[in-house]
Amino acid sequence: MAERSISDTTNVTVLAALLFFTFATYFASLFDLGWLNTPVGLAISVCKAALIVLYFMHARYSRWLTWVVIVAGVFWVGILFVLTMTDYMSRGW
Amino acid sequence: MSAESVTNAGPVGAEPRNYLNESYGVRSWLLTTDHKRIALLYMVSLTLMFVIGGLMAVLMRLELLTPQGDLFTSDTYNKLFTLHGVIMVWFFLIPSIPAVLGNFFVPLMIGAKDLAFPRLNLLSWYIYVFGALFTFYVVVSGGVDTGWTFYTPFSTDASQTHVVSTTLGIFILGFSSILTGLNFIVTIHRMRAPGLTWFRLPLFIWSIYATSIILVLATPVLAAVLMLVTIERLFHIGIFDPTMGGDPLLYQHLFWFYSHPAVYIMILPGMGVVSELVTCYSRKRIFGYNFVCYATLGIAFLGFLVWGHHMFVAGISVYAAMTFSILSYLVAIPSAIKVFNWTATLYKGSISFKTPMLYALGFIGLFTVGGLTGLFLAALGLDIHVHDTYFVIAHFHYIMVGGMVMAYFGGLHFWWPKMTGRMYPEGWGKLAALVVFIGFNLTFFPQFILGYLGMPRRYHAYAPEFQVLNVMSTAGASILGVGYLLPLIYLLWSLRYGKRAGPNPWLATGLEWTTPSPPPKENFEVTPAVNEEPYNYSEFLPKVFAAEEVEVG
Amino acid sequence: MAESGAVLNRAVLETQFADLEQQRETATFGMWVFLATELLLFGALFLAYTVYRYGAPEGFADASQHMEKVIGAVNTAVLLSSSFMVATAVRGAQVGGRKRLLFGLALTIVLGVVFLFFKGYEYYLHYEDHKVPGLNFEYAGQYAQAAKLFFFFYFAMTGLHAVHMLIGLGLVSVMLVRSWRGVFTEEYHAPVEVVGLYWHFVDLVWIFLFPVFYLIVKHH
Repeated sequence: MAERSISDTTNVTVLAALLFFTFATYFASLFDLGWLNTPVGLAISVCKAALIVLYFMHARYSRWLTWVVIVAGVFWVGILFVLTMTDYMSRGW
Repeated sequence: MSAESVTNAGPVGAEPRNYLNESYGVRSWLLTTDHKRIALLYMVSLTLMFVIGGLMAVLMRLELLTPQGDLFTSDTYNKLFTLHGVIMVWFFLIPSIPAVLGNFFVPLMIGAKDLAFPRLNLLSWYIYVFGALFTFYVVVSGGVDTGWTFYTPFSTDASQTHVVSTTLGIFILGFSSILTGLNFIVTIHRMRAPGLTWFRLPLFIWSIYATSIILVLATPVLAAVLMLVTIERLFHIGIFDPTMGGDPLLYQHLFWFYSHPAVYIMILPGMGVVSELVTCYSRKRIFGYNFVCYATLGIAFLGFLVWGHHMFVAGISVYAAMTFSILSYLVAIPSAIKVFNWTATLYKGSISFKTPMLYALGFIGLFTVGGLTGLFLAALGLDIHVHDTYFVIAHFHYIMVGGMVMAYFGGLHFWWPKMTGRMYPEGWGKLAALVVFIGFNLTFFPQFILGYLGMPRRYHAYAPEFQVLNVMSTAGASILGVGYLLPLIYLLWSLRYGKRAGPNPWLATGLEWTTPSPPPKENFEVTPAVNEEPYNYSEFLPKVFAAEEVEVG
Repeated sequence: MAESGAVLNRAVLETQFADLEQQRETATFGMWVFLATELLLFGALFLAYTVYRYGAPEGFADASQHMEKVIGAVNTAVLLSSSFMVATAVRGAQVGGRKRLLFGLALTIVLGVVFLFFKGYEYYLHYEDHKVPGLNFEYAGQYAQAAKLFFFFYFAMTGLHAVHMLIGLGLVSVMLVRSWRGVFTEEYHAPVEVVGLYWHFVDLVWIFLFPVFYLIVKHH
């Protein structure tokens, strides 16, 4: 069987990291960091998402095609966001 | 790659086992997982929807014979064009070639026994039917009048018609689209025959692949926006209502993010069919195969970047409008590349004007006209003048009907012998193609002029000076209707009385032509292997005349 | 194919595949493609949310103060743990560890139910607080309009998420039954992996829903 299995140790470590990040994002939201709050929160979420995708979803050990699908999905959501916000953000110019 | 297997000649009782006769009974059809049978199930349902959608168009064109609104009230007319659009777009054009020709031929063309997920395939058809039932309900219970575009706030607040039932029907149909696209993507990636590398694939497969990418990435956004519209209509929260903090343009952004790529869902499969037809009937390799592949993917990608061109006059920022305008010009480039490549394929080819070729040639000409007029619309200044006029209607009908429907008919005729084991009557085929071409142009060319002169779309009454062109258009529509009726009749006729066809009546390249007509349930006796480029027509050239006499049993 | 009972009881190599390996890779690929569609579905709703938050940032921040942050955080931990359980179950399937497979799946279901229970409780609290648009929405202060939109998106998106969780629970339950019957082996356990991928995706959505609704900071 070609698939490589994620070890139990890795799974536990990932869970610990995820729970830590959850606490971190909650903690960060208790402080007014100005415009930084949103990017910090999103960045932490992205880290958590990356951990889940890479390890729990085995993307780290998956074939190249899986990566294409992941990147394409994210990229396409990006298109939706970028071009729509182009309208909203430039209406006042 | 030569075609040599047994024909289906002989007395009826001795007919070889094929996917049509391997089991009988309604259950064997309604519970089938055979991609070929599912394709036929789709074909029947789609034809029915095409007839209903066409009926709406007939009624509209009758009303438009006179400047006054005398046949129908404006409300009824609104329902006619809405249902025409909804049915034709979602229940005919979007599924058409992928669900019928794609389902039938993708596994055959790649040397597979079936799609990756056969049960999902059947489920897709049932979902389609379920969605169509909602539409039937709407048709018989009073209709919907918002336009197929469901613009807010009319669809969410003011319309007194069955908006929710319609949006639900389309929402359900979206799942059918997504699952079909998913099935094709996975199949084409994972189930190609040994030796069938990507750049040995027929261009039809490339087109279906690109179409499927659009299907799976665009349709979910439609699902989301239909959900929002439905909720807004039921609960009036203000999602798209400026007086409650919402923005109607958000609806349009989300709607068109799907609906623009949707038009590429509709046209790409047609382009794939045309590539198959043009090569076979000019006995030549496609010119610039790689370019056509990249252009196909390019259209799929760039098609996602241009949706704002439907909103130029809606109130988006000028900077966004400029961005979308430039991107819209860009997306024309890969389409143009394909037209050049088809034309270059024809050049010095050994052309035979069989029915499918007539449709393919019609496609190339009419699609070019439709595509070029799209550039008119992409120009900001010009669009202000022709937006929401008959110019737009003519533009998209040239592509959808002059392009896509003709490609569908061309593919249907081309592959009819393979699907049914029978030849259609060639004389009638040519006649119908001609009638369609003439009828089509008479219907829609005047509409370019009407639009440019200022006749707005979606109006049941118009200024008297537009009448002559409208009468021409309606006359053309009646001819077009005859052109569509003819194949319905003679194709059905051919099922019983048509000449029996051998495995490869057109001496075409492609794995689907190496198996009997109709194919056996498992498609191939032995899994084929591929070791050469597609469209290898040079070695067929000496045989093309001999084949004319020998082709059937 | 009248084998529905058999399907539950043993591995099935479908005729269109050459071997189980191809079948497994195909199923997994298919699920990834499906997840991409789900990404676009939720993405569209996130986009709509973003548009309105961009238009009324203070209003959204104000509304976010009415969220039950602690329940949200606990629920996040619950869901993350359920993903861990699924990952454990998949590992169990991969190495032939029946106990791990069964416990992993069972605990996934338990945690999933806990999540939904908390969610339901939250919805109830919002209902009591008159924060349900279309039902009984009341909001004091200048941000009422933006808050209504905020809460609409909250219910719509977490509601859609909950629907996906219910489907996920159904799928995991089926996997649990099949695992109990010993259907899965080291060679054949693709369905567990595939359902696992789906479950993780549902978790991923929540990872973004949480900060976006519960943790908007009110700036002064």
